[in-house]
Amino acid sequence: MPLLQESLALSAILFVVGTVGVLIRRNAIVMFMCIELMLNAVNLTLVALSRQVGIEGQIFVLFVMTVAAAEAAVGLAIIISIFRHYESVDVQHFRLLRW
Amino acid sequence: MVGGFGLNTVSGLAGQVAEGGGFNPFLPAWIILFPFIGFVVNAAIAFLAPNQRRRVSLVGPGVLGLALALAVINFVLLLGAGESEPVVRSYWTWIEVGHLRIDAALQLDQLSIFMALVVTAVSFVIHVYSVGYMQKDPGYARYFAYLNLFVFFMLVLVLAANFPLVFVGWEGVGLCSYLLIGFWYSDPKKSAAGLKAFVVNRIGDFGFLMGMFAIFAYVGSLDFIAVFEIAPRALQYGGAAVTMITLFLFLGCVGKSAQIPLFVWLPDAMEGPTPVSALIHAATMVTAGVYLIARAGVLFALAPLTMNVVAITGAATAFIAATIAVQQVDIKRVIAYSTISQLGYMFLAVGLGAFTAGIFHLATHAVFKALLFLASGAVIHALHDALHNAREDASEAASQDMRNMGGLRTYLPTTYRTAWVAALALAGVFPLAGFFSKDEILWAAAAHGQTVLWVIGVVTAVLTAGYITRWIVMVFHGESRVSSKARKHLQPAARVMGIPLIVLGVGSLLAGWMNVSGALPLLPEFTWLHDFLHPSFAGAESVLAAHVGEPSHAAPLGGGEGTWAVISTVLAAVAIVAVFRILSERKYARAKDAVAPTGVMGFLYHKWYVDEVYDALIIRPFQALARFCWRVIDRALIDGVMVNGTAAVTRVMGRIGSFVIQTGYVGSYVLVFLLGVLIVLGAVAF
Repeated sequence: MPLLQESLALSAILFVVGTVGVLIRRNAIVMFMCIELMLNAVNLTLVALSRQVGIEGQIFVLFVMTVAAAEAAVGLAIIISIFRHYESVDVQHFRLLRW
Repeated sequence: MVGGFGLNTVSGLAGQVAEGGGFNPFLPAWIILFPFIGFVVNAAIAFLAPNQRRRVSLVGPGVLGLALALAVINFVLLLGAGESEPVVRSYWTWIEVGHLRIDAALQLDQLSIFMALVVTAVSFVIHVYSVGYMQKDPGYARYFAYLNLFVFFMLVLVLAANFPLVFVGWEGVGLCSYLLIGFWYSDPKKSAAGLKAFVVNRIGDFGFLMGMFAIFAYVGSLDFIAVFEIAPRALQYGGAAVTMITLFLFLGCVGKSAQIPLFVWLPDAMEGPTPVSALIHAATMVTAGVYLIARAGVLFALAPLTMNVVAITGAATAFIAATIAVQQVDIKRVIAYSTISQLGYMFLAVGLGAFTAGIFHLATHAVFKALLFLASGAVIHALHDALHNAREDASEAASQDMRNMGGLRTYLPTTYRTAWVAALALAGVFPLAGFFSKDEILWAAAAHGQTVLWVIGVVTAVLTAGYITRWIVMVFHGESRVSSKARKHLQPAARVMGIPLIVLGVGSLLAGWMNVSGALPLLPEFTWLHDFLHPSFAGAESVLAAHVGEPSHAAPLGGGEGTWAVISTVLAAVAIVAVFRILSERKYARAKDAVAPTGVMGFLYHKWYVDEVYDALIIRPFQALARFCWRVIDRALIDGVMVNGTAAVTRVMGRIGSFVIQTGYVGSYVLVFLLGVLIVLGAVAF
């Protein structure tokens, strides 16, 4: 099982980096990129474990990438509309959902 | 344990009774239906066309005339049938639950028909009088609707064949009493008086209900015939069960008939229109308690302790109310206290087991007391109009205060003469109604060896003669204290009011002759009422005869009964003459210049401070309790802690949610989400 431990460790590191990025950054695009990072960390896990568990992991990765692509399209569109409205992509300025 | 006792006997009895007897009642249900029809019609007029006075004047007294005619017909039929068994007419089954079966049934026997006759006769006369008295009142139709409804319930009360149906009438008359006391409801004092009557009567109604429950528990039925048939066998003489039943029933009677300690509502009930005072608070409703005890005579005869309580309560009430009447200045309140006192006499009679004497006094009292009230109504009516036309103070307080009257005999001759007849009848002067009935009660007290009660009765009789003479003198005799300007406006009562006075005056003259005790010297013995009512009281009398024995015929302090009857009458006559002599010379100050008497007379003037004592002992603690419930339990605990507390907690939580948790920063939501995921994962892992 070469590089399994290393792959999982890298995946964990990438995921934590992504999570911390979402938590602390205020730029919507950076947060968006962090979410992509988390998704890809999960993809790496799935691929790494598919050798043992079976082909399903790799198939799943394809689905995740498809969803991520769609999400990127929708997410970027939302961010652009927000930017047009607020002239900013700082999430601290988006407070409409607060009472 | 006796729940199902003798149920077969009950149905057997009912069948037997329905067949037997030569008395075939004529349309008995219509006696009570006519007043009800009157109520419906008058209520409709009151709602739809309150100014149709002529129709109301026709319907209101008219239905009573029809009911009276039916009562007379049935009375004659009953007379013709001799000593017949009670007839029960059952119309439908009202309540049927398990062993309990209550029919809407009327019992027609000597007692109920006699009571129906008294009620319809007096009601008819008073309805006619009301046509004149209430002529100018804007609530004319409403007044007659209430009055008809009252007569309907009163007839249900006296004709019912079982306790629950009596209770229906009992509550109904209470309701009408409340409605009519507070008839002029825009005056808070009057509606308060109505409330007082209603609330005090609740205490009595509680007793009536408990008594009924106990009867059903111990005897297993609530029909009169069945209960009085079974009770002497099922209940031990003087036992706890029957004593409890009768004491509870007596509590009901104390409330309804205004005896100690619940008499305080009756004087305040005088706030209602005067014909109402005459009908409800003198002649009929307040005598319901006496009727109930007479009706349930078998049960009361089985409970010697209760009988003593009844007799002592009656005597005490008679005496205390008579002393209060001595110092009252309101023309109606004197008679109100007199009513309480005379009701005390009736309770004294039934408490001694002299049921006929009690009912006899009830009937004669209904006539002469109604007359006294109607006479005072005529005086108030005339004086009020005169004061009003002379543009003087025509308020109720002013036109009812006897200190503002005097010398009215020349202005109101009919009222004056009939008032004297009623006063002499009340005082028990031979040969008027009150002489025979009161003497029979005093005789009963003497014959049962109750010397103390007898002495109280005689003293009260003298007091009665005194206060009613004072009443006559203050109203009709002496120098007039009505201003000369108002005197010019004094008009005698209209014929529609005068004729009822004369009819009742004739009644007061003659009613006593229906029962002349054999004990009276120089008079032929004529015990018609006693013989007539005998079948209704036979059960109670046989119980009394078996356990107590026949009353001795010896008067206290030696001497025959007749002698003492003469002596008590002479005492009353002396009191009348003495009071008349003393008071007609006296100069009274007019009400606004008068000072309240002090000392013993002040004590009586303030009615033994009974209202004040109740105020301090019951009303104030109760109000304090109510305030506690209001301020602490309701407002602080329920409203504050529970209702508003819930809201406050929700609001605080909401604030925390809105301001602290819902920051609007995506990062903080993600952090919470992440923490949640970690907690779930941790929970799964460990």
